[in-house]
Amino acid sequence: MSNRLTTGGRLLDRARQMTFSFNGVRMKGYAGDTLASALLANDQMLVGRSFKYHRPRGIVASGAEEPNALMNMGSAARFEPNQRATTTVLFEGLKAESQNHWPSLEYDVGAINSALSKFLPAGFYYKMFIHPRPLWKHVYEPFIRQSAGLGKAPQQPDADTYEHFYAFCDVLIVGGGVAGLQAAHVAGKAGAKVLLLEQAAHWGGRAPVDGGELDGASPQAFVDRMVAELSGMPNVTMRLHCMGAGVYDHGYVLGYEQLDQAVRGAPRHRLWRIRAAEVITATGAIERPLSFAGNDVPGVMLASAVRDYLINYGVCSADRTVVVTNNDDAYRTAIALKNAGLSVPAIIDARVLPGDSALMAEAKEMGIRVLMGQAVAKVLGSKRVRGIEVCAQAGEGAVLEQIRCECVAMSGGWSPVVHLWSHCGGKLVWNKDYALFQPDLENPPTGADGLPFVTAVGCAAGPITGTDFEGLSLFDTLRGAVEATISVCERQGIRLRDMPKVPTVVEYDEEPLHPIWLMPQGAGPKLRQKTWLDYQNDVKVSDVQLAAQEGFESVEHAKRYTTLGMATDQGKLSNINGLAVLAKALKEDIPQVGTTTFRPPYTPISMGAIGGEARGEVFQPIRRTPMHGWHEKNGAEWEPVGHWRRPYAFRQNGENTHDAVMREVRNTRANVGLLDASTLGKLIVRGPDAGKFLDMMYTNMMSTLKPGKCRYGLMCSENGFLMDDGVVARISDDTWLCHTTTGGAERIHQHMEEWLQTEWWDWRVYVANVTEQYAQIAVVGPKAREVLQRLGGMDVSNEALGFMEWADGTLGGFECRVYRISFSGELSYEIAVRAGQGQAFWDALMQVGADLGIMPYGTEALHIMRAEKGFIMIGDETDGTVIPQDLGLHWAISKKKDDFIGKRGQERSHMTDPDRWQLVGLATLDGSVLPDGAYAVGSGTNANGQRVTQGRVTSTYHSPTLGCGIAMGLVHKGPDRMGEVLSFPGTDGAIYKAKIVSPVFYDPDGAKQNV
Amino acid sequence: MILMGRSRMSEAVSALDGLVWDQGIARIEEVGPQGMITLRGDLGSGTIKDLATGVTSVDMPGQSEANCVADRGICWMSPDELLILCSYEDVAMNLQRIQKGLGDAHALAVDVSEARATFRISGDHVREVLAKLVPVDLSTEAFKDGMFRRTRMAQVPAAFWMCNDHMVQIVCFRSHAQYVFDLLKTAAAPGSEVNLL
Repeated sequence: MSNRLTTGGRLLDRARQMTFSFNGVRMKGYAGDTLASALLANDQMLVGRSFKYHRPRGIVASGAEEPNALMNMGSAARFEPNQRATTTVLFEGLKAESQNHWPSLEYDVGAINSALSKFLPAGFYYKMFIHPRPLWKHVYEPFIRQSAGLGKAPQQPDADTYEHFYAFCDVLIVGGGVAGLQAAHVAGKAGAKVLLLEQAAHWGGRAPVDGGELDGASPQAFVDRMVAELSGMPNVTMRLHCMGAGVYDHGYVLGYEQLDQAVRGAPRHRLWRIRAAEVITATGAIERPLSFAGNDVPGVMLASAVRDYLINYGVCSADRTVVVTNNDDAYRTAIALKNAGLSVPAIIDARVLPGDSALMAEAKEMGIRVLMGQAVAKVLGSKRVRGIEVCAQAGEGAVLEQIRCECVAMSGGWSPVVHLWSHCGGKLVWNKDYALFQPDLENPPTGADGLPFVTAVGCAAGPITGTDFEGLSLFDTLRGAVEATISVCERQGIRLRDMPKVPTVVEYDEEPLHPIWLMPQGAGPKLRQKTWLDYQNDVKVSDVQLAAQEGFESVEHAKRYTTLGMATDQGKLSNINGLAVLAKALKEDIPQVGTTTFRPPYTPISMGAIGGEARGEVFQPIRRTPMHGWHEKNGAEWEPVGHWRRPYAFRQNGENTHDAVMREVRNTRANVGLLDASTLGKLIVRGPDAGKFLDMMYTNMMSTLKPGKCRYGLMCSENGFLMDDGVVARISDDTWLCHTTTGGAERIHQHMEEWLQTEWWDWRVYVANVTEQYAQIAVVGPKAREVLQRLGGMDVSNEALGFMEWADGTLGGFECRVYRISFSGELSYEIAVRAGQGQAFWDALMQVGADLGIMPYGTEALHIMRAEKGFIMIGDETDGTVIPQDLGLHWAISKKKDDFIGKRGQERSHMTDPDRWQLVGLATLDGSVLPDGAYAVGSGTNANGQRVTQGRVTSTYHSPTLGCGIAMGLVHKGPDRMGEVLSFPGTDGAIYKAKIVSPVFYDPDGAKQNV
Repeated sequence: MILMGRSRMSEAVSALDGLVWDQGIARIEEVGPQGMITLRGDLGSGTIKDLATGVTSVDMPGQSEANCVADRGICWMSPDELLILCSYEDVAMNLQRIQKGLGDAHALAVDVSEARATFRISGDHVREVLAKLVPVDLSTEAFKDGMFRRTRMAQVPAAFWMCNDHMVQIVCFRSHAQYVFDLLKTAAAPGSEVNLL
C-alpha cells in the first residue's frame, strides 16, 4: 500500500495539516502536497476510470503530463471537471471526485467494455455505426454522447472571477528549473527585462530530486542562491504557478497563472498576455512509459514520479517497487527508495551493457538485484499491482520468474518538452542515439525579421553535445542555458558586462539508453492487446498496429483513427511511443513518420481565464444615450442596435409590448411623439474639397446643397450595393454634417477616412465624428410645432424653417440646432442639443407637451411609421446585395456626376438586369400580417430542384394607422405587376396571399410632413 | 416663452455625474465636465501650433505625447489631430479663438467636450489596474510622464496619460462611460494586485 513516511518530503510543511475529501471520504494531507501526493499518502491508488473501457486507473506521473488522475473538483458554482490531481495544490476543504464511472469508482458497470475490448478496436465506432444512416442521428449518436466525456459539465454559472494582464519583456523564460533559473540569471545580469514563469509551486524543477553537485553544493542550494539573486534584480520578474501556455506570432505568449484562493476577492486565474522580444523555453523533459502488458494497472508509475513522491512529499508508493528501465536514470529511483529503507526486489533493465554504469554499480553495491536484458512480460493484478512476470526482452514473453511487488517504476527514456518551441513553427529533429525528438536549431520559429524568436535551453533543447551521451546531463543543461542566453542577449543588442560562468558540476556519467518500444520485443497479440499507449483514451499497441494495417499511414490520420494523443493530456506520455509503434508497423524510421502537431495551450486552461473580465455587467459594452436612464425608468423595452440599447417601446400601465407600439404610433400620428435619435451618426466633413468628396461618397449631388438645407443621401460600396443612408445638412460653405444610421457611425467614419487617407490623400478634407457630442430628439406629429413654440426662442414656422431645412437657435433656453426632417411622414423636427443637456431638454419637452398628449415612442413605432410611408431601412430592405435601383431610389442617384463610389458597379450587366427583384408594397388580402422574410413562390422548380421563388418580404408590420398588415418586399419585376396576388408560404404551414401595391401606404403626397 | 434651459445652460452634466468608487486597489472617479476640442490640421504649421499652445498655455507635445496641467493641455492624437483640453467654461471662447485664428487655413476645430467621459484612477496600483485592460506596456520605464496613448480598453476605444505616478487620466466616449467605470471597478477588485508594476 502507498503511505506517508514519517520523515522526508522536502516540499511539505508538516506543521500544517489539511483536510480534504475524495469521493466523499475525508482524508488528510499537508500544506505543500499536491492532490495526487495527498491521495497516495492516503493509499488511494485507484483514482479514475479510462475513457473507453473504463479500466481502473491510478496516478502515473507527478506533473502536467498526468493522463489518469483527472478529477471533478469543487461543487455547485465552483465545480470544475478534468482537474489534474498532480498539478492541483492541496488546500483546506478541497473536494475531489473521480470521473467516468457508475455506480462507483470501485465497481463500474462500464468496465464491461474492457471485457469486450476485443470487439471494440480502433475505428470500431466508425465501422459499426455508419449504417444504416438514419440510425446514427436518432439512436447511435445520442447513446454514444451519453456515454462520452470524462468529467461532468458544471450546472451553475462560475462564481469566481478572472482577469487578463498585459506584460512586456525583452526575454521571457518559460520554466523555472535550473536551466530556466540559469538563463534568467544570465539575461538578468546583462540588464535585460526578464520575465520568468514556472508552472509549479516551486523553483528548481527536477534537479533537487535528481541530485548531483553544483558549484560544490547541493542542487537545492544552487536553486536557493539563484532565486535569491534573481529576486534582487529589479529587471527580473518571477512568477510561480504560472504556466507558459502558448507561443504565437510576433513574440506573443500566453501565461496562465493560478492565484492563491485564500486571498479574498482575488481572481482565480490570470491570463498573462505577454509580448516578448525573445522567448526561452526551459520546459524540461517528460519521462516516457514503457509498453508492456498491464502497464496501466494502478501502481505502475513513471520512475521519476515514484522518486518525486518520495523525495518531495515523503510518500512511498509501495513497500516493494520493481524498477523497469531502458536507461540509467531510473536507477536513481531504486537508489532513493533503498535509501528510504524501502524494498526494491529488482531492477529490470532491458539493455545489455558491456560493463556496469556508475549508477548501476551503485545500485548493485546497495544490494539491489539487476536483471540485464530482461523485461516485464505482464503485470499481475487489476485494481492494484500484485507483482510482475519477468521474461527476456529479446523473446516473446516466456515467463522466467514472478516477482511480488505493489509498484512498478518504469522509465522508457525522456522526451524534451518541445511544445512551446513547436507552437510557432519550430521544427524538430530525431536524435537517434537518445531516441527523442528535439528542437532543430536550423529551423527555429522566426519572427517578422526572419530571425529566431524562440530558443530552447536545458533538457527542452535535447542533447547538444553530439554522441558522448552527456546530452541530458546537469552540466550540459546549464552550459546550454548559459550559451543560448548569451546568444539571445547578443541578438537583442544587450551587452554582457561579464561573461557568465557555467557552474562546476559533479554528477554520474550515464550510459546510453536502448530504445525499447515494445516489451518484450516479440510480444504476441495477447500481450499487445493489454499494452497501453494512451491511458486516457485507451489506445493500445494493437490499435496502432491495426490502424497501420488498415492503411492509415500518415501519423495525423492514425492519430484520429485511434484517438491516440487526443485526450485532455494531448498525448504527453503516449505520442512518441505510439508513433514508434506506428513506424515499426509501417516498416519506416521514426523521423519518416514524424510527429503530430503541437498546438497551444500546453495543458488545458480555464474558459474563465480566456474570457477574463468580460462577464456579468461588463460582458459586452453597452452604449447609453444621455436619456438612457430616463428610458429605463419609464418602461423601455430595449432593442440592441450595435452596442447601443434603444427603446423598442415604452410600456405603460401593464400594457403588452404590441399594445404599447400601437399606442405610440397612433399618438404620434394624432398628437406628438418624442424619439431619442441620439444614436444616429453625426459626421462633420469640412474643407475646400469637402463638396467634391461628398459627391463621391453619396450617390446624390451634395456639393450643390445650399447652406441651411438638408438632403437625404445614399451611400454605396464600390460594388454599388447600398450600405448606408441619412440626411446631410450643409452647415456652411465648406462644412457639411452627415447623418448616418445608428450602426453606421463608426463604419462610415472609417470608410471616409480610408478613402481620404489612401486614395484622395491630396484632397483637403477633414472629418470628425461628433455623434456623441449631441443628444438628438425627434419631436414628431401634428402638434410638434406647438410644443416647440411653447418652449420658444426661435421661429419654427413653416415660413422660417421649411421642410428639409435646418437652423441654429435656442428653444426654452437650450442652445440647439433644429433639423426639419421627417422619417415618419408627419410634421417633424429633430433637435440636437449638447449631450449633457439632453435629459433636461427631454424633460422640458415632456413638460410643455403634457397637455398635448406628448409621449415617447420607440424604434418599433419608428419602423412602422416609416414603413407606412414606404421609406426603406438599411438592414431591412438592404442586405448587402441590394442596389438603390432595386428600391426605386433612382431619384437619389445623380446622373450629372462623372463618378461616385458604386457608380461603375451599378453599371455591370447583372446590376442593370431587368430581372432584378424590385421594391413594392404588399397588402394581404385578409389584412393579416405577412411573416417576416417569407418568400413568394412561383411555379415549378429551379435547376437545383428547389421551388421557384419570385420575391421576398423585407419589412412587415401591423399598421395601427391603416388597421391592417402592411409590408414591403422585393419582387421580380414588381413595379410592373401592381395588383397581382402573390403566395407566401409561412413556416406555420399557412399560405399568405398578398397583393402587389405601392410601397407608400400613408399620405402619398407628403402633405402631412409639409405643413 | 418658457426659459427652462436658461438656468441649466451653465450647468454641464457629465455622463456619470462625478461617480466615485473607492473599495478596491485603486480609486476610480468620473471627472466632471472637461472642455475638449478636436483640432485637425497640419501640426507642423505655425498657425496650428500657436493656436494650440495659445489657448492652453502649454507646449506642443511630441508624437504620442500629452502636455497637461490641471484641466488644460494638448494631446497628440494622430499626425494631423490634436485634442485640446481646457476648462469646460472656456470651450466656446477657445473654439471661437481657434476658428478665428485659423482664418482661411484648411483645418477643423470642433467641440467634443460632451462626446467624451473622463476618469481618473489613483493609488499605488494604477498601472496594474490599467494593464489588465489595455495592451500597453505600463511599466514605469516604458510608459512615462508626458506620454499619451490612444488604444483599446477591453472592448472599447480609450486614451490615457499619467497625471503623476499614482494617477492616470482616461478619456473614452460618453456612451461607454458606465461600461468603462464598471470595467475599472472590475480591474481594481480588492485582492487583485499583481504586484508587478
